[in-house]
Amino acid sequence: MNTTYETVIGLEVHLQLRTETKVFCGCSTKFGSRPNSQTCPVCLGFPGSLPVLNEKAFLYSIKAALALNCAIQSLVKFDRKNYYYPDLPKNFQISQYDMPLSYNGSLEITSGGDRKRVRIKRIHLEEDAGKLTHPAKASYSLVDFNRAGMPLLEIVTEPDISSPQEAYDYLTALKAILQYLRISDCDMEKGSLRCDANASIRKSGEKKLGVKVEVKNMNSFRWVREALQYEADRQVSLLEAKENIIQETRLWDAGKMATISMRSKEEAQDYRYFPEPDLVPFMVEKTIIEEIRKALPELPEARTNRFVKDYSLSEYDAKILTSQIDLADYFEECAKQYENKKTIANWITCDIMAQMNIKNSGIIELGVLSKNLIGLLEMIDSQEISGKTAKDVLIEMIETKKNAYEIVESKGLLQISDRERIDQIIKNVLSKNGKSVNDYKNGKKNAMTFLVGQVMRQTQGKANPSIVNEILKKHLAE
Amino acid sequence: MQEPYLLTAHELQAKIGKDEISPSKILESLFKRIGDLDKRIKAFVRLNEECILKIPENKKGKLYGIPVLVKDNICVKDEETTCGSKILKGFKPPYDATVIKRLKDEGAIPIGKANMDEFAFGSSCETSCYGPTKNPWDLERIPGGSSGGSAAAIASDETILALGSDTGGSIRQPASLCGVVGLKPTYGRVSRYGLIAFASSLDQIGPITKDVQDAALMMNTIAGYDEMDSTSVDIAVPDYTRSLTKDIKGLRIGVPKEYFIEGIDKEVESSVKKAVFLLKDLGATIVEISLPHTQYAVSTYYIVAPAEASSNLARFDGVQYGFRFENASDLIDMYIKTRSKGFGNEAKRRILLGTYCLSTGYYDAYYLKAQKVRTKIKEDFDNAFKNCDCIITPTSPTAAFKIGEKMDDPLSMYLSDIFTISANLAGIPAISIPCGFTKGNLPIGLQILAKPFDEETLFRAAYTFEQSTGFHRENPKL
Repeated sequence: MNTTYETVIGLEVHLQLRTETKVFCGCSTKFGSRPNSQTCPVCLGFPGSLPVLNEKAFLYSIKAALALNCAIQSLVKFDRKNYYYPDLPKNFQISQYDMPLSYNGSLEITSGGDRKRVRIKRIHLEEDAGKLTHPAKASYSLVDFNRAGMPLLEIVTEPDISSPQEAYDYLTALKAILQYLRISDCDMEKGSLRCDANASIRKSGEKKLGVKVEVKNMNSFRWVREALQYEADRQVSLLEAKENIIQETRLWDAGKMATISMRSKEEAQDYRYFPEPDLVPFMVEKTIIEEIRKALPELPEARTNRFVKDYSLSEYDAKILTSQIDLADYFEECAKQYENKKTIANWITCDIMAQMNIKNSGIIELGVLSKNLIGLLEMIDSQEISGKTAKDVLIEMIETKKNAYEIVESKGLLQISDRERIDQIIKNVLSKNGKSVNDYKNGKKNAMTFLVGQVMRQTQGKANPSIVNEILKKHLAE
Repeated sequence: MQEPYLLTAHELQAKIGKDEISPSKILESLFKRIGDLDKRIKAFVRLNEECILKIPENKKGKLYGIPVLVKDNICVKDEETTCGSKILKGFKPPYDATVIKRLKDEGAIPIGKANMDEFAFGSSCETSCYGPTKNPWDLERIPGGSSGGSAAAIASDETILALGSDTGGSIRQPASLCGVVGLKPTYGRVSRYGLIAFASSLDQIGPITKDVQDAALMMNTIAGYDEMDSTSVDIAVPDYTRSLTKDIKGLRIGVPKEYFIEGIDKEVESSVKKAVFLLKDLGATIVEISLPHTQYAVSTYYIVAPAEASSNLARFDGVQYGFRFENASDLIDMYIKTRSKGFGNEAKRRILLGTYCLSTGYYDAYYLKAQKVRTKIKEDFDNAFKNCDCIITPTSPTAAFKIGEKMDDPLSMYLSDIFTISANLAGIPAISIPCGFTKGNLPIGLQILAKPFDEETLFRAAYTFEQSTGFHRENPKL
């Protein structure tokens, strides 16, 4: 194979906005409620009902658009996208067609050590559909309209992404920003963040785009990367075999680790878009945009740089800490209470994050208050517990939600650092182990280890090892 | 004593105020009248006799105890609402339309549902799945449409007040053909929430009444901003009864030269011209005006209205409510058979027309073009109102035609709305009031149009004319 190919990828992210109520009615957006319990005539599309735009959803959209450097449309207008499906109560979706809320944005990412600018083509606001389930062997399907009418932001890139890894890195960076804006849970498992991809290949150096294939049904960033890799490989082998790539929509099957054809372009629907007559177009006031722009939070990249500068952290640590806003906030809360920032960073990036992974939870759900982590670190510093004990205490803290002192106290883990007490214990041990003392004095240095062990046994391991060593050596030298 | 059913709302109001009559007596009188007549007229599709048990106890509200007949496309909580269509059989809305809520809050009593053309598609009431309503002035003739049931019931004294809806003349044309008063308010003056949409950018709910004063009374209750309808406009509602002054001195009335055209019935023309002379005698100034784009109104309407209808009616698919074809082989089969069997011919014709107009490749030539012409038509009125305060035209080019006469000729049927359609396209208010009779004793209607949100001028001119002529006091012999 002499020819080399390059992959051209564009991504479409759907983001559920975390508003209290749905985008065109007053129903709750709470996740996981009883099916169809969060519905009303409007989101059920009942005859005679009319949509009213949720102002918060609109403001959240502007926030996202500004954070992604987009231009904001001065006139906001909605359109109807017409198609029939049982999860779509009105058989049309209120969306935005020719005048998306915002356009011409960009996101700078780092991928494989290189900086890259991914252009954002458009961001628009629309309503989500309901959810169909097909019970096994049943002759019917069930529909849950709790999700119908949830505010959904569609973020579409230009075909600027040139590898599956880059797609992964773009999504990671995008998710971090969206989380920083606090406009969405960005939880792929709950479906609050979803991603479709368009992928094509072309011979390296060629300007013209190849035939594009749309890939759907990837419910993690990892699957996006895998699916795109599969798709790129599949397309290359087709071209190598002198076969045609068909413009189509394919579904990622994570079980088979393959994409499977869903429908071809010929079957593509005519959505018959037209302006939504039930919502009056309105002008966006410049002052509102400027207010939102001014109130934008510090975004992940700026925060990384600040962490390196203000806390003297390594870029690596700073990046990990700022990859999640809650984690970064947590670090800064801790940093206010404790001098050694590097120690905090180590504890968060190692022990705490390990527990977050095990429990598959965020820092907040983990339940270790910043003051409690600092309490733990201070006990190490004051030599009340050893670093090793502290790791166990932390796990206990997560399990019981108690603070470090309570745990150390109730489990009797308090380290003995009282020199006089240790001195007493050592004298006692030495008096009972005359043979080992002699052995040591005769040059058997490992007798020392035995004697330390005896001291530890007497104290159930709670004696401060460095103090034990120091005093023991002093006595043996006598 | 005069039978209560013969009285107007304002006359009954006075009697209720003086305790000369009770709401239940009014209802009993009406029920007897309906029982005697409606087998022949067929204005009602549903009479809710139980409403007599639910008369509000406290004698409060601007319309306390006054019966209202509701067009079958306006949602009344828990009462079957079908738009005259088989596809909505059994549909009981879980909510009241805003107009119904306001009427109930003012003590009015909804007594049932009025027949109408299926989904308001028609000018004769013949496309209803319940069969045609008859014109009380000649039972072999149509009452007009689509609010034919409402107008016929007012003309035959089967109700005191009635609600209609007007998308291209559906209040005014039947009011004209039945010799009663019908008002289409300014687009945005009355909430559409709960009106089952035909064409969202054209639909308005309005009163059909025995005289102008009743129309003003009803508007005082139903008009005004509604946060549930984004297209309703937040402008203060005046007390319309203050416009009933019998004084039009100095009022400038425009007569458009384009409206007295070939095809207009000679008796209608002379009756309307007589009305113009009378208004002049009463002190108005008559000015000739031009509405140059009038000839494009009907074709513009028959693109915009079906386009919106095709999307609005997509929700009638058998999934959630109404009629469902039960033995479908799969989802698509259910959609097709439900809609094929649920919709009548005119509904299908308009859905097809609208779907076609919105399809890729046709959108620009039809829908977009029609929207541009619509703007031109609106500009015509803006210009005309620089030189006049209101405009007078015939409401309909002919008096009531025979049942069946135009059913196989949709184009000639569509032309019966030629004088009313422009007001919907321009969003301006218009009223139809009786202005005479043909030699065959069929009512003729006069249409008055005014600037947006200037219903007051309509009431002033209409009331002055009505009080000087008395055509509204004529009753059909039944």
